[in-house]
Amino acid sequence: MNNPVDKPTEFKYVGTRSIRPDGVDKVTGRARFGADYSLPNMVHGAVLRSPIAHGRIVAINTDKAAALPGVVSVVTGADFPDIPRQMVPTGEQQVDIRDVAENIMARNKVFYHGHPVAAVAATSLKIAQQALALIDVEYEPLPLVMDLDTAQADDAPLLHPDQVTMTMAGPVEDARPSNVAMYMPLAKGDIEQGFADADLIVENCFETATVHQGYIEPHATLVDAQVGGRTRVWTCTQGGFLFRTLIAGALGEPVSQLQVIPTEIGGGFGGKLSIYLEPIGVILSRSCSRPVKMVMTREEVLRATGPASASRIWVKLGAKKDGTLVAAQAKLEFEAGGFKGSPMVPAVMTMVASYNIDNVLLEGYDVVVNKPKASAYRAPGAPQAAFAAESMIDELALKLKIDPVDLRLKNAVDEGDFAVYGPPFAAVGLKKSLQAVKEHPWYAEPLADNQGRGVALGFWFNVGMQSSATVRLNEDGAVTVVTGSPDIGGSRASMALFAAEELGVPPDRIQAIVGDTESIGYCDTTGGSRTTYATGMAVVEAARNAVTELRRRAALTWEVPVEQVDWIDGNAVDQSGGHEPLSLAQLTANAGPTGGPIEGTATLNAQGVGPGFGVQLCDVEVDPETGSSKILRYLVVQDVGKAVHPAYVEGQLQGGVVQGIGLALNEEYLYTDRGELDNAGFLDYRIPVASDVPMIETRMIEVPHPAHPYGVRGVGETPIVPPMATIANAISHAIGKRITRVPVSPPRLLALIDDQ
Amino acid sequence: MDDCDYYAPTDLADAVKHLSQSGARALAGGTDLLLQIRSGLQRPAAIVDLKNIADLGQVQIDAARVRVGSTVSGAELTANAALTACYPGVVEAAGLIGSTQVQGRATIGGNLCNGSPAADSVPALIAAGGVCDISGVNGERQIPVAELLIGPGQLDLQPGEIVAAIVLPRPAPGQADAYCRFIPRTEMDIAVAGVAVNLTLDDQGVCRQARVVIGGVAPTALLVPQAGDALVGTKLDATALAAAGAAASAAAKPISDKRGTAEFRRKIVGVLTRRVARIAADRTGRAG
Amino acid sequence: MARNQVTTTINGEQAEYLCDTTQSLLSVLRDELGLTGTKEGCGTGDCGACSVTVDGRLVCACLMLGVEAEGKQIETIEGVASSDGLHPLQQKLLEHAALQCGVCTPGIVIAGKALLAENPDPTEEQVRYWLAGNLCRCTGYDKIIRALLDCAAEMREVQ
Repeated sequence: MNNPVDKPTEFKYVGTRSIRPDGVDKVTGRARFGADYSLPNMVHGAVLRSPIAHGRIVAINTDKAAALPGVVSVVTGADFPDIPRQMVPTGEQQVDIRDVAENIMARNKVFYHGHPVAAVAATSLKIAQQALALIDVEYEPLPLVMDLDTAQADDAPLLHPDQVTMTMAGPVEDARPSNVAMYMPLAKGDIEQGFADADLIVENCFETATVHQGYIEPHATLVDAQVGGRTRVWTCTQGGFLFRTLIAGALGEPVSQLQVIPTEIGGGFGGKLSIYLEPIGVILSRSCSRPVKMVMTREEVLRATGPASASRIWVKLGAKKDGTLVAAQAKLEFEAGGFKGSPMVPAVMTMVASYNIDNVLLEGYDVVVNKPKASAYRAPGAPQAAFAAESMIDELALKLKIDPVDLRLKNAVDEGDFAVYGPPFAAVGLKKSLQAVKEHPWYAEPLADNQGRGVALGFWFNVGMQSSATVRLNEDGAVTVVTGSPDIGGSRASMALFAAEELGVPPDRIQAIVGDTESIGYCDTTGGSRTTYATGMAVVEAARNAVTELRRRAALTWEVPVEQVDWIDGNAVDQSGGHEPLSLAQLTANAGPTGGPIEGTATLNAQGVGPGFGVQLCDVEVDPETGSSKILRYLVVQDVGKAVHPAYVEGQLQGGVVQGIGLALNEEYLYTDRGELDNAGFLDYRIPVASDVPMIETRMIEVPHPAHPYGVRGVGETPIVPPMATIANAISHAIGKRITRVPVSPPRLLALIDDQ
Repeated sequence: MDDCDYYAPTDLADAVKHLSQSGARALAGGTDLLLQIRSGLQRPAAIVDLKNIADLGQVQIDAARVRVGSTVSGAELTANAALTACYPGVVEAAGLIGSTQVQGRATIGGNLCNGSPAADSVPALIAAGGVCDISGVNGERQIPVAELLIGPGQLDLQPGEIVAAIVLPRPAPGQADAYCRFIPRTEMDIAVAGVAVNLTLDDQGVCRQARVVIGGVAPTALLVPQAGDALVGTKLDATALAAAGAAASAAAKPISDKRGTAEFRRKIVGVLTRRVARIAADRTGRAG
Repeated sequence: MARNQVTTTINGEQAEYLCDTTQSLLSVLRDELGLTGTKEGCGTGDCGACSVTVDGRLVCACLMLGVEAEGKQIETIEGVASSDGLHPLQQKLLEHAALQCGVCTPGIVIAGKALLAENPDPTEEQVRYWLAGNLCRCTGYDKIIRALLDCAAEMREVQ
């Protein structure tokens, strides 16, 4: 079905700051995350990873490892099925399932330092690790391709000799083998005429580093594969059903043999939309007929999972004297890692989506290099694109002597305007958000020496997609809500509030749980800022179906037509006034005689998703002698549609900003000249710590999204889109020079300051 | 099961006996040793835990000297008001090592004997004129902290020898110290560069002695006499501070690595020298 | 050699276990004793997810050997709430929505409780520096800091 239509405007529970249903488990250590599961007779798996970044596997000898006492299984690429190329829809995007299979376990070639080449299961982790050291692998090293220029040189070493550059419509003209996996242009109007009409043109080239999602919980899985029987996989994932698709696909098997049980998940941010360990666990478990537990170390997480693409974006903007944007051109190059599939496409689509510009030409390139295969990271591609675009908007404002918020207001999209990638926007709160920044008390406050103020905006599509929900009414009137959306940031609280609102039951009477792939209908991932939007919509609909049944039971009890029964504030009410109202608890207590247990279910494919726009403002102080930057204060304003649980919405805004502060100031992958990650730990991969950041002030603008019954729009991803640009703009103003490369680490900033 | 023995002696003589065995490693706070074992860098045959030896966990202050036992943790040093009054720079340096969690474990002796060029406490101990009390199977000896350190991870210690304590002279009137480091974040990083200054001002505010020690910019922490000389005889005016900073930068022999470029380290160590000298001078209460 | 036999006290109860010399306290808690509330985020003392207290002192369980626990008093997240209910800090973290994924939360509870024991009236800056060794990737720290300050104020009032 499609979206429910009935739209309440006043809420009793939605919009309150209820305690999350899983709260006590989480603060007492009872909640079980990926690495917290064990089974009787379990063995431990460990992965041997390539010590070189590019090479051919000549030979692997596992005899010594297999002979070590305690080792129960040793596997290599030869033990995995050959998977044909096939694009598989995984919700937001498609993946080539052959690439997924080869990324999990190398077959003939290794494409990055840390690429798995073999795995062992043993009776203890220590023995498994000892066994890894006994595996002999002979490699033929191949030339390294570590950056965009090397990858795109005429004589570049090719990672995948069978790869040609594709477009959305097929191979490019004169296609020949290339490290450029995809080219995507997005054009509108006449770009040359646009620049000819401009009074001012600015251009520059911006670079961002390879970064990691940095979730605190390493990937972990427990696999129990019965020979000739079913396979159960416990894993920390952003989508049990997605993982079922991917694991089955990577093994060339039907999904029906596989049960995926999502554990609690300790952060993902897109990084737990990719599978790594699970198929290895399945093969190991089958070969020894015992459950296998596999847990990555932090070093493995950083070396071989996640990262978000490094990028280089050249951008040129043209404007009239009054600030009207007339032309935007850009070339966006994104590193995909060892296999195709960077977030270049969304980068292209989001880059100038917040503005009305008549003439646009954006060209994106997806480029493979010898780094781990990029995974999604919170608004994939958009922060990089916004860094480039919003820096140049700032430059225009500076040169045109127009207030940077006014310049954005003049060009910002509003209801009815068409996004550069096609469809018109419904009601959106971009202009309201810009106004809120402008009216904020500290927007006009003076700055001291070495301080700078930056502003930038951000856009993310958000998605809808498929969700299922069941609302079960227990005999004591308590309620259980089951969905298939792993709770990564407090979504159970929102699901409980939706059900509370519809049923008229206080949220503390509602338990919200995450089902596995066999206890609930199909559900797309917790990603794309879709959970509160789409899964929430399914909960609303399921609760409404339960209410319909409650009314029917009351009508039966009273022997009146069901049309005569209203549902008001948790009670069935006889419109005629002929009966005392029956509470939900009274109805469920009497459910047996009136027809059996009561529940409502709903499945849907949510349409008309509400895009997210946000604007951020920050003040930064630079130490001109050390290149150190301190965030003095930070404001995040965002159109959140309807804040179902305002505290968790604020948390999304604050968390996204602080991740963005990390990307802006310190986070980057540092590689040795051998293509080996040099900072594979939290010591030198420097995510922000508590003392690095100030309180993050939030302003939630609520422009209800018309397609959702409660006006909800996704909120989780947009907050990470503006920070790199916001902070870079602030630092640019503090030092009087344009920041074109992030992170603006102290050595980099000091070199820029001192460069005459 | 692993093949590593564990000893937790309560007596120094027992400790050095165990430590003289092949492959034995001393365990103090463990915040470096455990990482080295985890990464496979160390595969000790025996671990000798020094924390049950009462004498090694004491701070003793008398009229002539301050004696800091090697297993005193950063948190214990920070909480010691008498020690902080004598050597605020040493205490602040030790207090910068790692998180609150690490502070509860990491010891001054461990920070010293890990031999890291970037160890925070080492420049301050050298600037203070610290001397190591070393115990071994062949008896005891004393050597200056600066001479203990030979290179990264390399110490002038024989098998079975341990640093039992670090002895510092009681500061003279008008003497004070300070330590600052540069890190990319506000916490949780290893020093990119660090500077300790120990100086004495006379009652006119004129600097009469100064020892400037730079860390993280050479294979070991370096005493830079030229930097100290630039301060002596001055009231630490801008010119003197600039000269000291330039001397520190000139003496640095930094490398480029994941924590910073050589060029950056060279600049920073000069900036820190100026700033730290100023803080130390202010702490004497005699600065103009 | 044989494995080390250790007698210690965990959350007020005597515990005995066998461990390898180089086995961390974290591994002992999680793998030998089933106390999985203490999390491993890095294994190198950089994230604080494995925070526990030893004789009242806050430490990372990954940076301590299991054998070193002999004769000590260990407190883990499993010992914080009692049959009377949650510790005030646990309650405040919930009220402030100061957790999203929740994997850092046990470490934050242990570290925050240790701070309040040492300093019942901390400033925002003191809280931030005290917690610098407890990484949280979800919240941006704002609500965690507020929950701690609120908890400190409420506990002062009660006393």
